[in-house]
Amino acid sequence: MKFIKHALAAIAALAIITPALASTTPLNPKAAPQLERSTADHSKFKELQQTFTSGPEVTKACLACHNTAGHQVMKSIHWTWEANSPTTGKKLGKKWAANNFCGSIISNETRCTSCHAGYGWKDKDYDFTDQNNVDCLACHDTTGTYKKFGTDAGHPLYADREFEPMEGPPGKKQFKAPDLSKIAQHVGQPGRGNCGACHFNGGGGDAVKHGDLDSSLKNPSRELDVHMAKDGANMVCSDCHTFNAHQPSGSRYAATSKDKHGLDLPKDDHNHATCESCHGFTPHKEAKINNHTNKVACQTCHIPEFARGGIATKTLWDWSTAGKMDANGKPLFIKDDHGHLKYSAAKGDFAYGENVRPEYKWYNGVVHQIAITDKLDGLLDAKGVLELNRVEGSAKDPNARIWPFKVMHGKQPYDTGNNTLVVNHVYGDDDTSLWRNYDYSKSIKAGMEYAGLPYSGQFGFIETRMNWFITHMVAPKEKAVPCQECHTRAADGRLAAITDIYLPGRDTKGWLDLLGGLMIAGAIGGGVLHGGIRIATRRKEKAK
Amino acid sequence: MSNRIYIYKRYERFWHWSQALLIITMMITGFEVHGSYLLLGFKKAVQLHTLAAWTLLTLWAFTIFWQFTTGEWRQYLPSLKNVGAMIKYYTIGIFTNSPHPFRKTVVQKHNPLQRLAYLALLAFISPLIWGSGLFYLFYGDWPRFGLDKSLSLETIATLHVLGAYMITAFFFIHVYLTTTGHTVFAHIKAMITGWEEEEHETPKGSKAH
Repeated sequence: MKFIKHALAAIAALAIITPALASTTPLNPKAAPQLERSTADHSKFKELQQTFTSGPEVTKACLACHNTAGHQVMKSIHWTWEANSPTTGKKLGKKWAANNFCGSIISNETRCTSCHAGYGWKDKDYDFTDQNNVDCLACHDTTGTYKKFGTDAGHPLYADREFEPMEGPPGKKQFKAPDLSKIAQHVGQPGRGNCGACHFNGGGGDAVKHGDLDSSLKNPSRELDVHMAKDGANMVCSDCHTFNAHQPSGSRYAATSKDKHGLDLPKDDHNHATCESCHGFTPHKEAKINNHTNKVACQTCHIPEFARGGIATKTLWDWSTAGKMDANGKPLFIKDDHGHLKYSAAKGDFAYGENVRPEYKWYNGVVHQIAITDKLDGLLDAKGVLELNRVEGSAKDPNARIWPFKVMHGKQPYDTGNNTLVVNHVYGDDDTSLWRNYDYSKSIKAGMEYAGLPYSGQFGFIETRMNWFITHMVAPKEKAVPCQECHTRAADGRLAAITDIYLPGRDTKGWLDLLGGLMIAGAIGGGVLHGGIRIATRRKEKAK
Repeated sequence: MSNRIYIYKRYERFWHWSQALLIITMMITGFEVHGSYLLLGFKKAVQLHTLAAWTLLTLWAFTIFWQFTTGEWRQYLPSLKNVGAMIKYYTIGIFTNSPHPFRKTVVQKHNPLQRLAYLALLAFISPLIWGSGLFYLFYGDWPRFGLDKSLSLETIATLHVLGAYMITAFFFIHVYLTTTGHTVFAHIKAMITGWEEEEHETPKGSKAH
């Protein structure tokens, strides 16, 4: 009896201790496999157990079951590369919006469309209605082995190939063709790497374009990106850029300047591309900090610097110097001490930045994006600089908040006769492309002719600026911008350029401090004087 | 022998010194918020300034209760009687070792000039700084009450800083005047112990009081 009692007690004790022990041991994902979220194991499907020889073949197999997916994708900006600005109504997208990186996709298709969500867009006569040309794998490959080849109009390699990159070290490099069958059998939800394959490499290379998007975000530290870090929220791009019927949310032509909807609940529109969608309107414990959200975008404080992942972003691209040859008559390529190309005969001069403090501007939701067909009359500032995508807003504007930007400096060719930007035919194995012939007069003429746009025959170079919203690389809260970096009298305060608001700690009135200073000086001086006389007269008194 | 009178009661002394600490804290943090210097960092300065303000408001709530229940509020009633004599004392008498024209008693612990000064503080500077301060503090709630159309942060901040300069000037004068007792530290001692020691010697060359 006594033994049974003891045994029971021991079992009871174990029952209490064991779960406690278990909960302190870290979870080992290998020991306890997590339940697959998907209800379909694609490797088991007969339709995918075949040897695929091309991308469109895979797509056909996908669409056999996912029979509306193709048409959904074909409505998305990832396919059309064309969008009307919801605020200005202007026709934009990669086809029309001007930038100060590579310029225009027109006449350069086979190279640029290596990031198109489709196959075979190699010239202006591309058929946008053929759903078999939708590229499912670029977004849905989970093996990390699918790669669209840089010069094959959106196709991956179908056989191994030797290739010499223009700006790489001399000599041919071997490129391997991905195993399409294996990839097709391992499809799933997009991860950071899928989106990153294009969006980290915008502008022709890692980190070049955005400043807040580069390959360091594939597996970022918590400090670099609190949302996407494995030890942070371990989120992927589409957790915020939610997709509805293959349409991504979030737009740089009309980024939401001030979310007036707040938390996005299941009954709402499933658009999480604002901080407020998840964090609401009053995310801070302190009311004083919540008071800022009316005028200051979350990103302004929570992304202290961009290009923080150890990869430099381009900050200047000067096309005007392209075309220099070395002593042997070979195109010149010069690298800086960090291994960055600082001069390329094909592209001109570059400057780079890491850990860059953004510039701050009012933004009310309206972006005035220049299109390549726009007349530039009246669009240049006093210094003759063209702002390619001016953001609108001021302190008085109830829709405006202060936003952080990477401001890209550029100098690019334009038509001095017609006063428009130009289509520059940079890529192609022909006798007019810039990167083959290093001759602007040929490449611009060819580009404009191909695009069917008027060209005066005369070109020059124009200084341009382009605003890139800084909205990724959100730091943990303890790394947010300290208050006194804006609330400061210092001339290099972060908001020194925002002058149309009263900013405590920065702004004061001369007369106020003069008057106050006189009052304090009078009070102290009066005391010293009065006390001095008292001491002097007391001494006299004693001396008597 | 000196005459000792118990003039500052325990609560009054507690009020005075805690208020002094809070006001000094608010002066230091307030001018940092104004941008005059960098000491604690803007955020900490704002937090401490706000905490001190709420603490002082609480202290005042108790003090107002105390003033009325004890009848001490009468100490702040102004009177122009003898103001001339006080001015004359501070501008001439104090240097010629004349006797102080005012005798502190338990029912009259402030001299006429003090009464006027404290009343000015209470009636003018205090509403200015508290009024502007509360508007400043509740800036985020302006739109809810439609105040954002008619008020600007710049105006409120300017008024608040103006009040701050006045209080700071007052502070320095106040501290200096504590040294004008019969010894340099006599007034401060009284404010610590509560006991005021009266002069017993008639100074040379002055009339007996």
